[in-house]
Amino acid sequence: MTNKEWPLWEVFIRAKQGLNHKHVGSLHAADYQMAIENARDVYTRRLEGVSIWVVESKYIHANEPSEQDALFDPASDKIYRHPTFYVLPEELNHM
Amino acid sequence: MEINLEEQFQKRIDEEVKIEPRDWMPEKYRKTLLRQISQHAHSEIVGMLPEGNWITRAPNLRRKVALLAKVQDEAGHGLYLYSAAETLGMSRDEMLEELHTGKAKYSSIFNYPTLTWADMGAIGWLVDGAAIMNQVPLCRTSYGPYARAMVRVCKEESFHQRQGYEIMLTLCKGSEEQKAMAQDALNRWWWPSIMMFGPNDDNSPNSAQSMKWKIKRFSNDELRQKFVDVTVAQAEILGLTIPDKDLKWNEARGHYDFGAINWDEFNNVVAGNGPCNKQRLKARVDAWEKGAWVREAATAYAEKRAKREKNKIEAA
Ligand SMILES: [Fe+2]
Ligand SMILES: [Fe+2]
Repeated sequence: MTNKEWPLWEVFIRAKQGLNHKHVGSLHAADYQMAIENARDVYTRRLEGVSIWVVESKYIHANEPSEQDALFDPASDKIYRHPTFYVLPEELNHM
Repeated sequence: MEINLEEQFQKRIDEEVKIEPRDWMPEKYRKTLLRQISQHAHSEIVGMLPEGNWITRAPNLRRKVALLAKVQDEAGHGLYLYSAAETLGMSRDEMLEELHTGKAKYSSIFNYPTLTWADMGAIGWLVDGAAIMNQVPLCRTSYGPYARAMVRVCKEESFHQRQGYEIMLTLCKGSEEQKAMAQDALNRWWWPSIMMFGPNDDNSPNSAQSMKWKIKRFSNDELRQKFVDVTVAQAEILGLTIPDKDLKWNEARGHYDFGAINWDEFNNVVAGNGPCNKQRLKARVDAWEKGAWVREAATAYAEKRAKREKNKIEAA
């Protein structure tokens, strides 16, 4: 019998309470439970995390790299969205 | 159009912009990386075998837990790297197939036998040491997933080298026989370690392109020289003699000169005729074949559970 390859999972780890889960890599597992168990062994052997999320890779959707300019360039000329754009008197110390 | 894309690609590389899986890349860049990363992954996995040989015979519990943790790390390195390679469009099973049929290579060093406990010291010190020398610049390689995998790997490697060196140090401070055992291990592992950096630069045809694409940051000979330069002092601290009568400090170059490498031996081992090639490959193929029922059972169980959960939802 030819064995079906286990699906691919993306692994996200919360390094400590208060921080967000961050993508650390991927692995193969038969189901989500095995994915979490494997993620523990592969990605948290040295106290790297306190919580694990796994998402089957096929459920991750992303924009096309070719859309990068169209999506993100418009933000680059909107400097008025940053506090330094506004010129205020020196004596106004903390604003 | 094609030329344009390639120029743009090179420009991004020159500007140190990392390449990510879905970005356009020249076919040859993809292939070169796929070969390099999958070979690297295979090396980590096959690399567990020579050391695995001594886990049950470690001299005490402290050495045993350290060796076990190190070998487990190497499994992890293999997994990080396989994942990185998969982003280039080859499945895990295809990669394993290439390893098992002998189409894909792995580092030649793992085709040498581990004859004594001192080999655990020599491997950690020299083999992991050489690997670190190779891997640190790879943390800045131009392909994002490979660079990220290497950052994780490098964080873990330093313990590997230190535990190996500590084994050597303990043997060298022990009885005459123990010191002789350490020297013997150095004698056997020195030259294969030096060969780990690959062929000389003038014999390494793809190197220039890899440097231009910033897959590699230093040439084979540069890295080899660095390794020799740092290792000589480490051997002195141990009171061991590096088995190379031509090894001497060259004031003008600011580096150690060392003797000619036996490339016939290297090529012979790469070609499959090293002392343990057959044994290593057989161990991997056996593990894969004997593990088939586990993979099948896990798949069947996952399917059963998914069905059960679906029924539960429908019933609710
Ligand atoms: Fe490793
Ligand atoms: Fe290592």
